[in-house]
Amino acid sequence: MGISRINAKFEQLNSEGRAGLVTFTTAGDPDYNTALNILRGLPGAGADIIELGMPFSDPMADGLAIQEASIRALKGNMTLKKTLEMVCSFRKHDQDTPIILMGYYNPIYIYGVQNFIEDALAAGIDGMIVVDLPPEEDKELAIPANDAGMAMIHLATPTTDQNRLNKILENGSGFLYYVTIAGVTGTAKPDLKPVKTALNNFKKISQIPIAVGFGIKTPEDAAQFGKFADAVVVGSAIVDIIKNNINQENVANSDLEVKVLSFVGKLANGVQNARKKHEGFL
Amino acid sequence: MSDKNMNSYRNSPDEDGHFGIFGGRYVAETLMPLILEVEKTYRAAKDDPTFKAEFNELLKEYVGRPNPLYYAKRLTEHLGGAKIYFKREELNHTGAHKINNCVGQILLARRMGKTRIIAETGAGQHGVATATVCALFGMPCVIYMGAKDIERQKPNVFRMKLLGAEVIAVTSGSESLKDSMNEAMRDWVGNVEDTFYIIGTVAGPHPYPELVRDFQCVIGNETREQILEKEGRLPDSLVACVGGGSNAIGLFHPFLDDDVEMYAIEAAGHGVETDKHAASLSGGTPGILHGNRTYLLMDDDGQIQEAHSISAGLDYPGIGPEHSHLHEIGRVKYVPIRDTEALEAFQLCSKLEGIIPALECAHAIAYICKLAPDLPKDHLMIMGLSGRGDKDIFTVAEALGEDI
Repeated sequence: MGISRINAKFEQLNSEGRAGLVTFTTAGDPDYNTALNILRGLPGAGADIIELGMPFSDPMADGLAIQEASIRALKGNMTLKKTLEMVCSFRKHDQDTPIILMGYYNPIYIYGVQNFIEDALAAGIDGMIVVDLPPEEDKELAIPANDAGMAMIHLATPTTDQNRLNKILENGSGFLYYVTIAGVTGTAKPDLKPVKTALNNFKKISQIPIAVGFGIKTPEDAAQFGKFADAVVVGSAIVDIIKNNINQENVANSDLEVKVLSFVGKLANGVQNARKKHEGFL
Repeated sequence: MSDKNMNSYRNSPDEDGHFGIFGGRYVAETLMPLILEVEKTYRAAKDDPTFKAEFNELLKEYVGRPNPLYYAKRLTEHLGGAKIYFKREELNHTGAHKINNCVGQILLARRMGKTRIIAETGAGQHGVATATVCALFGMPCVIYMGAKDIERQKPNVFRMKLLGAEVIAVTSGSESLKDSMNEAMRDWVGNVEDTFYIIGTVAGPHPYPELVRDFQCVIGNETREQILEKEGRLPDSLVACVGGGSNAIGLFHPFLDDDVEMYAIEAAGHGVETDKHAASLSGGTPGILHGNRTYLLMDDDGQIQEAHSISAGLDYPGIGPEHSHLHEIGRVKYVPIRDTEALEAFQLCSKLEGIIPALECAHAIAYICKLAPDLPKDHLMIMGLSGRGDKDIFTVAEALGEDI
């Protein structure tokens, strides 16, 4: 499916007149089975698009929450191959929810770029966000991925001016991920106004859907950004629930999955009702 | 002339920062505009005579350059072969070659209008050098240092504090140099407006490997003049230790197009056949970390592994991209030396020459002990003595079972 599954999702969101919810969890956090169960529960809880972290030993652009999630997953012997297997299992029951991998380039490079693109598409992965591949390095992965029908989601940030945006959009596909703050994941809540201004400017240049993320932690925040963004990404706040519901050996409490999915439900409710006049949940 | 340049080993990197297949710019998008600005500023500074004059003046008056090219007579006689010279970078202000690069980069930071400096450090030498230039220029300075390194390099931690720097203990990952670099990158992403990152070695995203090399080339340029003056000819071989590889590239680069053998010594820890070493070229494979493609220590899944060396300054699972290139084309020979061999050389040099070398350099001395005896007496060999060993006395005492 690849990029077409993402395009179909944004068409659907558009026709429903609402923003989408993108959830982030790390593959293998806190362990393979719990992570797979969470993954399977996400669409039912209200996630429109699933962003799945590929654990990496040196997550340079991530704050503490997602760093620790990576470490937990790696301690449980998670690998890139197992991440693909996990998505394969998920796809047996869900053909509609786009899955985007998020991570760093080295594990993909070591796996082998062409093999990875083929195996990822076969597993049912639709797109990738690779944090340490700016457009200057598009020939590494973005161009071969696009050629194979896999979306290569590029990041734009508060430091992105118009010239740079054009460069980012050259090989960026699926959607544009707007990083709301100059900083790592899971930090302070971004201000609404500058994000809105940036998105308005981007929309003049390109029709590509725009998701916003970084520092969005509550259903209320998600609703505010969902008023004008095509999709809203929540990551660290979900990962924090995992962290707070495991024991010292990273074994999940019995109610971990329920707690994660119930929080995702609240986020979804916020995003889905963001553009309605009477926001019942607030 | 242009033909000659085409064949030069000194033309890298290309405009995208590649040394062969190595190097590049693998960083978060937030940093890209800033990194492009660093490059632009560096290009302009390179062509600006006032920048060059100020850099040279500081190296002369503040760092104390030129430092001597010293004939190590007793070591030469002891080994009975090649004639050995030391390039005395350890006599620089702050006791290592690191200050050369820090002087250059803080001038760049000021030129860009940045008002806050961050840096990573392993052994603490780069941290001290950065804190020093920040004191000199009156800029606030934050140093990221692994908790494990803070423990084994206490004197340098206190020196940094005395110089007015804030030292932040990094407790993520392996708590050593690679994790400090991750943490510095995270700081930089969050403070792009006012902050300049002074990277301490010839690694990181383009243009860092190039600009750090250029600032460190003062080592090789001086050596060239000095050996011509003393011996009337170029050396036959150069030897230097490599972690990231800034002192080695600084010594080697001005000689790359000459008929000079080059040996770069990696830290083999307990041995490259074990899982406790820091020899990226002898025991690693190409991958991507900290902004560049280079040889790295990692597992089959591409997860970066912890390096090990008795010397904190070599305890890094990667190496500068230009070294990876020079390794692949065979211009420089990269050789591993173990902790135990370095410890012996550390003591030998102290007793024979009255110079306590940094544990990093002791690796290079250990290789000289293997190489020099079989060479003729007219073989001129120069070693980069990149740092002094005062910082290492606690580590060495512990390794020798002495209680101090």
